[in-house]
Amino acid sequence: MAVTPPDKRIWWNEPIERVELVWIVIAFLWGLFMFFFMIAWHFIGQQNLSSEAYRIAPSAFEEKVDAFAKKHQVREEKGIPVAKPPAGSDVYILGRLWQWWPILELEKGQSYRIHLSSIDWQHGFSLQPTNINIQVHPGYEHVISLTPTQSGEFGIICNEFCGIGHHTMIGKIYVTEPKKAEAGQRLADGGKQ
Amino acid sequence: MTAETVIGAVGAKAEFRTCQYTGLKVDAAAQKLIIANAVAAVVFLLLGGVMGLLVALTRWPAVHLLPADWFYLVLTGHGANVLLFWIIFFEMAILYFASAVLLNSRLAAPKLAWLGFLLMIAGAVMGNVAVLQGESSVMFTSYPPMMARPHFYLSIILFAVGALIGCGIFFATLVIAKEERTYEGSIPLVTFGALTAAIIAVFTIASGAVILIPTMLWSMGLISDIDPLLYKVVWWGMGHSSQQINVSAHVSIWYLTAALLIGAKPLSEKVSRTAFLMYILFLQLASAHHLLAEPGLDASWKIVNTSYMMYLAVMGSMVHGLTVPGAIEAAQRRNGFNRGMFEWLRKAPWGHPAFSAMFLSLVFFGFIGGISGVVLGTEQLNVLMHNTIYVPGHFHGTVVAGTTLAFMGATYLVLPLIFQREILWPKLAKMQPYLFGIGAAGISLFMMGAGTLGVARRHWDITFSDANLSFAHSAGAFLMMGLNGIFAIIAAVGGAIYVVVVVGTVLFGEKIKGGHKLTFPLHAGGGAVASHYGSEKTPKLPGTIILVTIFFVCFVLYYFINWKYLSELWLFR
Ligand code: HEM
Ligand SMILES: [Cu+2]
Ligand SMILES: [Cu+2]
Repeated sequence: MAVTPPDKRIWWNEPIERVELVWIVIAFLWGLFMFFFMIAWHFIGQQNLSSEAYRIAPSAFEEKVDAFAKKHQVREEKGIPVAKPPAGSDVYILGRLWQWWPILELEKGQSYRIHLSSIDWQHGFSLQPTNINIQVHPGYEHVISLTPTQSGEFGIICNEFCGIGHHTMIGKIYVTEPKKAEAGQRLADGGKQ
Repeated sequence: MTAETVIGAVGAKAEFRTCQYTGLKVDAAAQKLIIANAVAAVVFLLLGGVMGLLVALTRWPAVHLLPADWFYLVLTGHGANVLLFWIIFFEMAILYFASAVLLNSRLAAPKLAWLGFLLMIAGAVMGNVAVLQGESSVMFTSYPPMMARPHFYLSIILFAVGALIGCGIFFATLVIAKEERTYEGSIPLVTFGALTAAIIAVFTIASGAVILIPTMLWSMGLISDIDPLLYKVVWWGMGHSSQQINVSAHVSIWYLTAALLIGAKPLSEKVSRTAFLMYILFLQLASAHHLLAEPGLDASWKIVNTSYMMYLAVMGSMVHGLTVPGAIEAAQRRNGFNRGMFEWLRKAPWGHPAFSAMFLSLVFFGFIGGISGVVLGTEQLNVLMHNTIYVPGHFHGTVVAGTTLAFMGATYLVLPLIFQREILWPKLAKMQPYLFGIGAAGISLFMMGAGTLGVARRHWDITFSDANLSFAHSAGAFLMMGLNGIFAIIAAVGGAIYVVVVVGTVLFGEKIKGGHKLTFPLHAGGGAVASHYGSEKTPKLPGTIILVTIFFVCFVLYYFINWKYLSELWLFR
């Protein structure tokens, strides 16, 4: 009985029941499968979190983001610049108490190198409704190659508790359809071709 | 050298009584300490449980009870009171029970054990004061650079030191029992499980000290900087392993309950014990699965530490998932419930609150907490739910529907056997595990559902009404949070009944005298130190095989559903 000492003092010599053995083998094989599946996803999957990261002083990151926003600003929304960087370029998002800054406008199907960091506390980058969730630390610049596969308006909410304004920390990403974006570009260029 | 010279205290001469139901010799000093720790546990469960209800009612969008500052304060208090204080006080009671009582031994150095208890009380009270003062709403994880007041960290350190003393008393008691030959052969399985828990606890508390002491100094202004990522790596060395303590403890309780109520023997001692050993060997580095969404950690480090380490520990739990119901089935068939696949289960003592709590805990822990934990801990899948309310959903499956429910069930054994009081209001006691279990399973599942739809954890307002920019969650997310609120009320009612029954019984329950027949009886000769014990011999277990097959199918399906969700996300590398 479980509350009494085992029959034989040397319990490791006791026999293993057949059903136990079968179950142990199943559990072990399943564990192995799950192990190899994670590795396999690095080759067959399109969703693997990058491990590219750099240490950076918060002030240095803030400067880079400011420069980025100035360079690519196309308009402003509620006092926040909307940056529209070219496909494939380096894109910066900064988390601070309590906003994600700036707003981005990306093109569907294009890949961008997103640099994420915080200049104060930790924040949780949570892209919705897509549901991609990444931790953001001050002092670490995390670089992720991101390719939007849907168009529309997306919210970035914060899901790492960051003080009393945590629930007001929202950012935005607009994703445009490639064709429309090209058309829009032509219009902006004044129709010159 | 005796154990007492090792820990530097000399115990008074022990007084014993013999339990009329189990035949065990109970040391009076151990009994008092078990009572004190169990009472403290229930007090903090009451406090933390009320806070949990307030949190859930605030997160129910239609109710939205507390203002934001109070919400974050109460949430910090909830985590600390239930996860640390309730659970660990109860675990101290389990350690003293599994060492002194189960081994018929005197407890080592009871005075020192009382010192440990007082430190834990001081820590728990100070922690609550710090949280209620309002400048330490940093959540129980207290991630820097967010800073709490120094006495918040100090309170947890004091509490941990007290718990460490308790572990020391446990080890010393094992040594004394061995020296004084109070039992023959190897220690019983339940004690073995408790030993696993205590060993992991030592590692846990060491990690806690390594990180919380510098963090406290930082909060006092003596250290200028704490690296937030390094903090997390070490903090989760404590945070994750402490969950392994809970698992070891509640699995021990499962075996204990099955033995006392059904007369169940382990199918084989070797397998069950090795499964406990897996916890010690393979859990420590699984703290990596709390870091899957962090910047800069290498993918192969994550994979090794979450899979190789974690899956072998998961295997330990899957083994217990077979051997516990298997042992019950084998014993029930021996008890004469041999018809068909499931007579053993139908005719189990479902009206005995210790049994119903134990079995529901087993099922919910496996199906809800276990499966979601593996999915959450998979390197890539983590991105789908990191820091969403899926995470609290998962651990309410493990630590509430699993550990807490198992401990509640154990209480219905401790009250008559250790407090020696007959359970007051048995009808309430009978329904209590069902109410609490259904409530706890409900909040787990609905929080998981809401997390899958993107709702954040630790978040006051999912309508974002004060925000500069706007975002609207889906209607489904609101529905899930509403259902969560409803099941939180059910869980709270179940929790309240538990507290009422325990307090009522302790204060007014009939004192148990010789020859008293228990309202909730043990298995005939259940705990008796019988001369025939040890492994079950070649049992047939068709019912258990069906149960674990259902479990496995659910596991595999749910695992792949999540890969499908993942494959639909934007692409990232
Ligand atoms: C009446 C019973 C309970 C209810 C209704 C309840 C409800 C909740 C809710 C709604 C949350 C908040 C999720 C969030 O906003 O992030 C939460 C958090 C939590 N609960 Fe419970 N809970 C209960 C019992 C317990 C018990 C018994 C434990 C532990 C043994 C527990 C451990 C925790 C922990 C550790 C957190 C996380 C706190 C944090 O994020 O810092 N809960 N609970
Ligand atoms: Cu934030
Ligand atoms: Cu936040």
